[in-house]
Amino acid sequence: MTTFTLNGEIRTVDTDPETPVLWVIREQLDLTGTKFGCGMAQCGACTIHVNGRAQRACITPIASLEGASITTIEGLKGDDGSFHALQQAWIDHQVPQCGYCQSGQLMSAAALLADNPNPSDADIDTAMRGNVCRCGMYGRIRSAIKQVAGASFYDAMEGSQNG
Amino acid sequence: MGKWTRRGVLSAGVLGGTGLVIGIAVRPGNPTETAGHLVAGEGENLLHIYLKIDGDNRATAILPHSEMGQGAQTALTQMLAEEMDADWDLMRFEEAPANAEYANMAVGRGYLFKGVDFPDAVVPTVDGLMLNLADALGMQITGGSMSIRTTGQYFLRAAGASVREMLVKTASKAWGVPESEIRTAKSMLHHDSSGRSAPYSEFAAAAAEMTPSSTPKLKKTSDFSVIGQSKPRHDIPSKVDGTAMFAMDVKRPGMVYAAVKRTPVAGGTLRRVDDSAARAMKGVIDVVKVGSSSAAGLVGTYSAGDTIAVVADSYWRAEKALAALKLEWNTGGKERVSSESIFEQFDRDITAGVDRANDVALGDATTAFDSAATVLTADYRVPYLAHTCMEPPNATAEVSADRAEIWVGCQNPLGFRQHLAANLGLDIEQVTLHNYFMGGGFGRKSNADYALQAAMIARQVGRPVQMVYSRAEDIKQDFYRPAVQSRFKAGLDADGKLVAWQNTYVDKHEPVEAPLIPYAVAAQDIGHVASPTHVPFGAWRSVDHSQHGFFTESFVDEAAHAAGRDPYEFRAEMLKDKPRLLAVLNRVAKEADWGRPMEEGRGRGISLQESFGSIVGQVVEVTVSGGKTWVDRVVAVIDAGYAVSPDGTKAQIESGIIYGLSAAMYGEITIEEGAVAQSSFADYDAIRMHDSPVIETHIINSGAEMGGAGEPGTPGVAPALANAIFDATGKRVRTLPVIKADLRSDAEASPAVAALGA
Repeated sequence: MTTFTLNGEIRTVDTDPETPVLWVIREQLDLTGTKFGCGMAQCGACTIHVNGRAQRACITPIASLEGASITTIEGLKGDDGSFHALQQAWIDHQVPQCGYCQSGQLMSAAALLADNPNPSDADIDTAMRGNVCRCGMYGRIRSAIKQVAGASFYDAMEGSQNG
Repeated sequence: MGKWTRRGVLSAGVLGGTGLVIGIAVRPGNPTETAGHLVAGEGENLLHIYLKIDGDNRATAILPHSEMGQGAQTALTQMLAEEMDADWDLMRFEEAPANAEYANMAVGRGYLFKGVDFPDAVVPTVDGLMLNLADALGMQITGGSMSIRTTGQYFLRAAGASVREMLVKTASKAWGVPESEIRTAKSMLHHDSSGRSAPYSEFAAAAAEMTPSSTPKLKKTSDFSVIGQSKPRHDIPSKVDGTAMFAMDVKRPGMVYAAVKRTPVAGGTLRRVDDSAARAMKGVIDVVKVGSSSAAGLVGTYSAGDTIAVVADSYWRAEKALAALKLEWNTGGKERVSSESIFEQFDRDITAGVDRANDVALGDATTAFDSAATVLTADYRVPYLAHTCMEPPNATAEVSADRAEIWVGCQNPLGFRQHLAANLGLDIEQVTLHNYFMGGGFGRKSNADYALQAAMIARQVGRPVQMVYSRAEDIKQDFYRPAVQSRFKAGLDADGKLVAWQNTYVDKHEPVEAPLIPYAVAAQDIGHVASPTHVPFGAWRSVDHSQHGFFTESFVDEAAHAAGRDPYEFRAEMLKDKPRLLAVLNRVAKEADWGRPMEEGRGRGISLQESFGSIVGQVVEVTVSGGKTWVDRVVAVIDAGYAVSPDGTKAQIESGIIYGLSAAMYGEITIEEGAVAQSSFADYDAIRMHDSPVIETHIINSGAEMGGAGEPGTPGVAPALANAIFDATGKRVRTLPVIKADLRSDAEASPAVAALGA
């Protein structure tokens, strides 16, 4: 039995202790916004927050989460249901294409900004390099992060520097 | 008919006149009788097979294309809304069901009758013919960058215009006023002189009784107000909060999970299984075998070998138990095949030139080479490539003796349904398919092998099963962009003019024009030899253009340098009779500030490629240092005729470039002992945030016939990159991926410096 907080609610699950939390939240707790991409922490599609830090759910054993506070993409919105500033920026920049990696991208970006509200390009590279996007929307992701950080960004739609 | 190709269809005589003379049931006809039960809900009127309107005046486009990230559904809806004079805020769309009524006749028509304008009287017959053909072939395809330029251009615009005409006719009758006095705007009908107005919904039921015209009057480009606007994609909000539904997010009552492993050597069979340890593991329900299968795919017949599956009460347990199986496979002698042996075979077969078939034979190449002042030769090679969609292949199935239901994300719902029915021994009506957003497609999800595996497993265990590929299985059981070798010879005259071009390559697929060059070269001899391997082939974003774009645009660059000419000017001079291509080339050079001096260690390269009806020019800027290549900037120009959604077009070019760049920099699937050696993003990596360049995309609306956007960005990036590397280092990359090339300068490669690096 493992007890943890998931998006603000206390949950208890009973499963094999080494089961990655990815499968627990998808199969048992029916939160499917967190995606399976590789199962080896190489692509970032399953990124969640564990005690505020970005972590790959596909290699995080459920037993390691006793007492932890977990946030998934479903918990990123505000309490009033409004989009997180990053989610809105993702829409503004029309970031997602297939969209499959975007839960993970957003969770990595949200953890970055929570820790470092004014990230440099190098900071963004470091925080985001674990997240693969096969549709290749890295430029738009970078612009969206910078927009939220209040920094100047390249606007792919307009083809110009903004801010 | 197996393979669906232009040649195949034509040679089969389907268009040999009989179809046109006899005439075939015409679509679109009155849609209510044929498709009303499929798509129209309570209170909705189906006015056209592609459009319904509800009581609140909301109009819903019904689209025969699936969403894998390309955003075509929003752009297609724009095309319909434009001609219908719809209020954009009242427009919705949904994907058409996997039903014959929604077979992709538009794709077939666009493919077979590219650029042909038919007399009005013939249009319904042609469309009827195409529908029957599309139905017979199970075509409901999203691929070939076809959605906008075929379904949108030939059908959805006509659907919108004909719906508008019917609504005007109906209002004219009801109001007792001439049709010519009725004006439409924002989903409303107006008769200005009498002050009457009504929403479309008021006349929707009456209009639904009419048969829409196949040849309504379409708007002029200058009258567009919705087409040409960057409308936000409808699917995006659901893709930022985790609510978008992919096939893997489906959950059925009593559902169990399957992990699978297919024969590692393609074509092999399962010899022996010891599943005793796996069966004893917690949660394991069954271990089942799925036999091999084959079917017609988007670009040829494909086969899938034996599979072993572990079914358990959770995916994690199924995966663990799968690893505990002891398996022995028959490899059919293919265990001696490796990437090395395959390229040796290609080299041998090109040299032998057995049964070489010509794509182009222009002028007298032999004489031209004999009299050339300079002759250069080169061999280019590209490796196999996997697709690695972010969402690994998966499907959920429920199968009983007389019916099958499947939940999947795929590029050809109707074709999948037919494939499942045939292999399960059911009629197509007994198979229901629910299509979902695809977490990437890129061609991989046009082959139904993974859906069939899920169905075969579900039938054996008698309960709903969700089958999911591991990432390793995804990489090892793909249908690959082929490994290809291409041999070139070019002749320059004393003035440095390119006068002769010879090219022989292996493995021809689609599109047939991929190896052709646009340049005015008097003597051309382009041809291919067959050199088959056992490695499965599949459509990979831009298909044959992905390799030939690299080959031809690199070798043209070599010719320019051999002639001592600027690579941009060298190309431009050979395009004097191709104004559209020249305009793209000139524009990309201008936007990239071609000719601006660059720092030591940096370089830029140019490419030009026409594919899928669009022309794309690219300039890549690189920094090469310590043998490592950094792509700093990509400038792209696309002429797709007219961009329906400019930002959507740009996004596709950005995406196509990164996809092509991932392959050019890192992509390499190798064959060892007959099997694919790679298994993860660690050994088959992609471009990531830190090595992603700035991409600047510019659009030319030339007004030419519409082209595609999903694929045309991909072919040109590898050659522009290789040409930039040459500019920076003087080293020519003729074999991809780039990371395998030794790009260190002589100083960097010297033992002393190498020792410092170590």
